[in-house]
Amino acid sequence: MTDGAGVIGAGPARGRAIRAAVRAGLNHGWIELSHCFTMFEDAFEILPLPLISIVVLLAAGARHVHVPGTHFAFGGTILAGMLVMNVGLNGIASLGVQLTGEREDGTLLRAKATPNGMLGYLIGKIIVVSGTIMITVVGLLVVGLAPFSGLALGRTVNWLTLAWVLALGLLATLPIGAVLGSLFPSIRSANVMMIGNLGLIGISGIFYPITHLPTWLQWVGQAFPVYWLGLGVRSALLPGNLAAVEIGHSWRHLATAGVLVAWAIAGLVLAPILMRRVARREAGSSVAARRERIIQGVTV
Amino acid sequence: MPGPALSRPADPDDEPVIDVRDLRMRYGKTDVLNGVSFTARRGEVLALLGPNGAGKTTTIEILEGFRMRSAGQVSVLGVDPAHGGEAWRARIGIVLQSWRDHRKWRVRELLANLGRYYAPYSSPEASRPWDPDELIGTVGLTEHAHKRIRQLSGGQRRRLDVAVGIVGRPELLFLDEPTAGFDPEARREFHDLVHRLADREEATILLTTHDLDEAEKLADRIMILANGTIIADGSADELSRRMSTEAEVRWSRDGQRFVHSAGDPAGFVRELFRQYGGSVEDLEVSRASLEDTYMALVRQFESGHGQGAESKFGMVTS
Repeated sequence: MTDGAGVIGAGPARGRAIRAAVRAGLNHGWIELSHCFTMFEDAFEILPLPLISIVVLLAAGARHVHVPGTHFAFGGTILAGMLVMNVGLNGIASLGVQLTGEREDGTLLRAKATPNGMLGYLIGKIIVVSGTIMITVVGLLVVGLAPFSGLALGRTVNWLTLAWVLALGLLATLPIGAVLGSLFPSIRSANVMMIGNLGLIGISGIFYPITHLPTWLQWVGQAFPVYWLGLGVRSALLPGNLAAVEIGHSWRHLATAGVLVAWAIAGLVLAPILMRRVARREAGSSVAARRERIIQGVTV
Repeated sequence: MPGPALSRPADPDDEPVIDVRDLRMRYGKTDVLNGVSFTARRGEVLALLGPNGAGKTTTIEILEGFRMRSAGQVSVLGVDPAHGGEAWRARIGIVLQSWRDHRKWRVRELLANLGRYYAPYSSPEASRPWDPDELIGTVGLTEHAHKRIRQLSGGQRRRLDVAVGIVGRPELLFLDEPTAGFDPEARREFHDLVHRLADREEATILLTTHDLDEAEKLADRIMILANGTIIADGSADELSRRMSTEAEVRWSRDGQRFVHSAGDPAGFVRELFRQYGGSVEDLEVSRASLEDTYMALVRQFESGHGQGAESKFGMVTS
């Protein structure tokens, strides 16, 4: 308290308030993340993907199913697909659904009523969503270490590729989730987002080579970040000869980085604008009105 | 340089905490507020009373900075809420109608986390935030401190809402319909809590309610809002005196009971004694209850005789 700033709003005092909000946001994220380990319903949201992949891997591994025309275990491509689906689904849809839901239950308004609360809230959400994603990624990779997965996890360069692809993937998808979360008026309409997202995963060549889709659909798929995220993850986890089934028979690292960065920039510009608009509109009566609509919807 | 870097410039005690002048709000073609004016002094507990749809929530949301006004001047803690920054926000506390948030969190977890945001705004006059354990004790949730919020009962949840509202030791606290849906016991506990806050914390409190009894119990001053204007403003006592024009005089004489409505009860009683002297027994003079006059006033105002009601009852300004 000796910095000489008369009032908060300028200089070091404002900096201190921002730092406090950042720390509170980190703490917020950590508390919610810890619910995944202490609460069954939260753990239930994370566990299925690794469990399913273990089953698929074991089944495919036990029966020596290979990717056609190669000696590569089929289970490995499934695991890579699971990993991408995890990032794509959670990064886009789960953040969007959470934002919509928490606008409905008053969490966002609470953040707005707290000094620098929106900053802390956003940091908290980013930690929760990316933390949940990373826990699942680690779970999947542990499964992938099993010898029969056939994944190329022995080399440092593969891990480095995985790291930058996942980092860019999160940067590209999380802001989209925030944008969608700002656009959908209610949690029920937000479920549309989940379905749309599943459709997107279907045309992004994650479990099935995109080259087998009609050309126009290939172009649609390539317009979205999920395809590129998948391509990057496959380039890190699968042996090099599997690039043969990709567009241009190549992992196209440069294009991957370019598209993901472009989505990240677009999202990071748009998301704060839309979220500010949403936050501005929040007031007690709007939360009450939404609750009223939900209650009516249930009783009708 | 030493000194209270984070303190606000000391405002003189006579400067109002809330100063609203000719506040107007219009949604489309509907006027929700048409010329609301009032002030609140430091440490005052104010109740904004009125029937549903009178504009109470709109008024309070404008003061909280959550809603833009159509016209008028508003100053809250010396700042226009439309441009209130984070430092201003740190000085006010808000308890809204319908919180359902943070259901998976534990009570203490949430209060400790929210408190962190207020720490940089601590000052010698107001040490922020409130220590979570002490705060939990103040609102009577000590035995539930480690429960998940969704496990709390309605009354407990509401007390937690108040705890969240005051975690930053606000100079001004907004309570919107604080006891809606409470049973009598929970309501009583809540009233005790608000009294403690007003006494100990010297906070200015503005609450909205449509329960006259609650307003009478909690507030130093009651403002009645009907059809977007304040039609009466004063202490419960002042309101009942100004609003009720007639008093009821009951007495008995020679074993017979009498009841008479009098516009001037003192004159009536004087006359009564002059005529009958010692034979008047069991004399009782009572005002119509505040509730009766409130209902009459609101009904009259809503039926379109607003101007008449205002001039008839006289605007009470303290």
